[in-house]
Amino acid sequence: MPKPSNQALLSVRNLRIEFPNRRGILVAVDDISFDIAPGEILGVVGESGAGKSLTGAAIIGLLEPPGRIARGEIILEGERIDHLPYEELRKIRGRRIGAIFQDPLTSLNPLYSVGRQLIETIQTHLPLNEREARVRALELLEEVGIPGAEERIDHYPHQFSGGMRQRVVIALALCAEPRLIIADEPTTALDVSIQAQIISLLKGLCHEHGTAVMLVTHDMGVIAEAADRVAVMYSGRIAEIGPVQEVVRTAKHPYTHGLMGSIPHIGHHVDQLTQIEGSMPRLQEIPTGCPFNPRCIQVMDRCLVERPDLQGVDQSEVACHLFDEAGLAAGAGE
Amino acid sequence: MIAFLVRRLLQAIAVMAVVALCAFFMFQFVGDPVNQMVAEDATDEDREYLREQLGLNDPIPVQFGKFALNAAQGNFGVSYQHKRAVSTLILERMPATLELAVTAAILAALLGVPMGVYTGLRRDGFASKVIMTLSLIGISLPTFLIGILLIYLFAVILGWLPSFGRGEVVQVGAWESNFLSASGLKSIILPAITLALFQMTFIMRLIRSEMLEVLRTDFIKFARARGLSNRAVNYGHALKNTLVPVITIIGLQLGSLIAFAIITETVFQWPGMGQLFLQAVQVVDIPIMSAYLILIAFFFVIINLIVDMLYYVVDPRLRVDQPTGGGHG
Ligand SMILES: Nc1ncnc2c1ncn2[C@@H]1O[C@H](COP(=O)(O)OP(=O)(O)O)[C@@H](O)[C@H]1O
Ligand code: SF4
Ligand SMILES: [Mg+2]
Repeated sequence: MPKPSNQALLSVRNLRIEFPNRRGILVAVDDISFDIAPGEILGVVGESGAGKSLTGAAIIGLLEPPGRIARGEIILEGERIDHLPYEELRKIRGRRIGAIFQDPLTSLNPLYSVGRQLIETIQTHLPLNEREARVRALELLEEVGIPGAEERIDHYPHQFSGGMRQRVVIALALCAEPRLIIADEPTTALDVSIQAQIISLLKGLCHEHGTAVMLVTHDMGVIAEAADRVAVMYSGRIAEIGPVQEVVRTAKHPYTHGLMGSIPHIGHHVDQLTQIEGSMPRLQEIPTGCPFNPRCIQVMDRCLVERPDLQGVDQSEVACHLFDEAGLAAGAGE
Repeated sequence: MIAFLVRRLLQAIAVMAVVALCAFFMFQFVGDPVNQMVAEDATDEDREYLREQLGLNDPIPVQFGKFALNAAQGNFGVSYQHKRAVSTLILERMPATLELAVTAAILAALLGVPMGVYTGLRRDGFASKVIMTLSLIGISLPTFLIGILLIYLFAVILGWLPSFGRGEVVQVGAWESNFLSASGLKSIILPAITLALFQMTFIMRLIRSEMLEVLRTDFIKFARARGLSNRAVNYGHALKNTLVPVITIIGLQLGSLIAFAIITETVFQWPGMGQLFLQAVQVVDIPIMSAYLILIAFFFVIINLIVDMLYYVVDPRLRVDQPTGGGHG
């Protein structure tokens, strides 16, 4: 179990997300913990349905009912934020945690010019008047690489291409210089040729501003390209988390192994991987013990009954019984 | 913009031509106007003379040409029943109907829009559920029944408001208005509510469902993720995006308010065009019937044109059509 480090920017502790329904309770995210350091890019990968988006939504306090945080803590810069009332959390959103969503074509309000949407966001968080906010909006548009910002600022979303719109969305997320950005599949909806541009833009900007990013993606190539560390999610749990080089080169968890079967490049989706037989179980059908056990080629008896916890192996942490001996050998105790 | 307007105008003219054709054929097929106009014991010569006078012996296309030309100039002939120019009769009755319809439309919008927004935002609230249940009544009760219930309650039992007529009207130029006297104002309340009730519930339910739809969109989620205040998200972003369908419906509803004022006018003996039309139907007074048909179509067409232009104001996607690259809007 990772300990909360005091220099973490964001610390997620034992987060559990549930959907109560008539038949009972669905557990979509089950006891996950991870930290993001200031300026760090944490990649989060996993098949669709693994719980990546829900984790992101929980952090910014926008889980949609009946979804709810049933247990755990979310700590931003030492302050617990998961219990804050709506209005308090609203002030954090955009100001201290920015967000970027998957589809730039639908993220912007079609009825307002991009300038208006930028100015509105800037004025929500910073004490600037209309003119100053417009100046800042222009700077932002230039920063995200929109040519002719002076003129483009008064254009409407439909007048921009998909890639350009995602740049506008990034500008909107950066408006108030948040310390953390949750980017939920920021390139999935884009043309492959543009994906690399957007990722390097995001990476560059966050590097310059010291902004940390939780970069949710399907795409191992994006992870290899941009992330410092990577968390692999499976069935609402973290299977493995560690420095990107280590996870990519020397994957420990059998699931990660399968993911890394081929050299990742941008445009390479985990859902397309066929090395691993079967598919991720639905929420109602998650097996006891290790959730990966029906698909695992190294499955052991205890995998069927005992749930593996994250344990440190090298620089990484892995939730797999294969490493229990190593854990004991390293003196972690029982 | 200009091309769009021209296209719309041409469409409007085409629609009006078709309506005029229908109105014209009413003369051809519904009874013989000559029978309506001559005395019972008129001779065949009298009838033939009248036919010639009315141009009824001309070829049909010529007759239609004359009819359309006259109609375009507001000349719809003489009422069989009243023996006066139809245009004068209608103009006398128009203010009553228009004032009633516009009052009802304003009432419906002023109450319907906020209630729709409220029930859309507080979908599970107690008040929303009460409003939604009541609105079912508004939608399902027939207009005449609502009118009679209102009359019974406010005119008969409470005696607060008059049960029929326009009360005292004040002449402003050629326009007779209800709004300038106490009794006129009192008189318009019940009929306006009666006429507005259905539209109000309709608008409310429409806005509610549009709001629910828009609140689920990505750009609303993103607006929340940007930390915008609830007010900015709900009104600035969500409500504005419901406007296009809402403008359409309110526009069309105004048209039908004018058209379907007939029932309300009958219940309240409101001396408007609808009443004139009903009386005309009873005696097959075709000039009035065809003029009314054309006029209602004309209102619809005009309202549609205005609605189309409002789209332009609300939705930039229609306003500017170059997709990417520079260029001046
Ligand atoms: N409103 C909901 N009700 C029930 N289950 C939900 C709801 N929203 C999401 N889920 C479930 O939660 C799981 C995780 O979803 P999500 O975080 O969107 O996955 P990811 O982003 O990794 O693809 C999925 O199995 C999904 O079916
Ligand atoms: S715990 Fe067992 S089933 Fe799960 S990944 Fe490890 S070896 Fe496979
Ligand atoms: Mg997702």
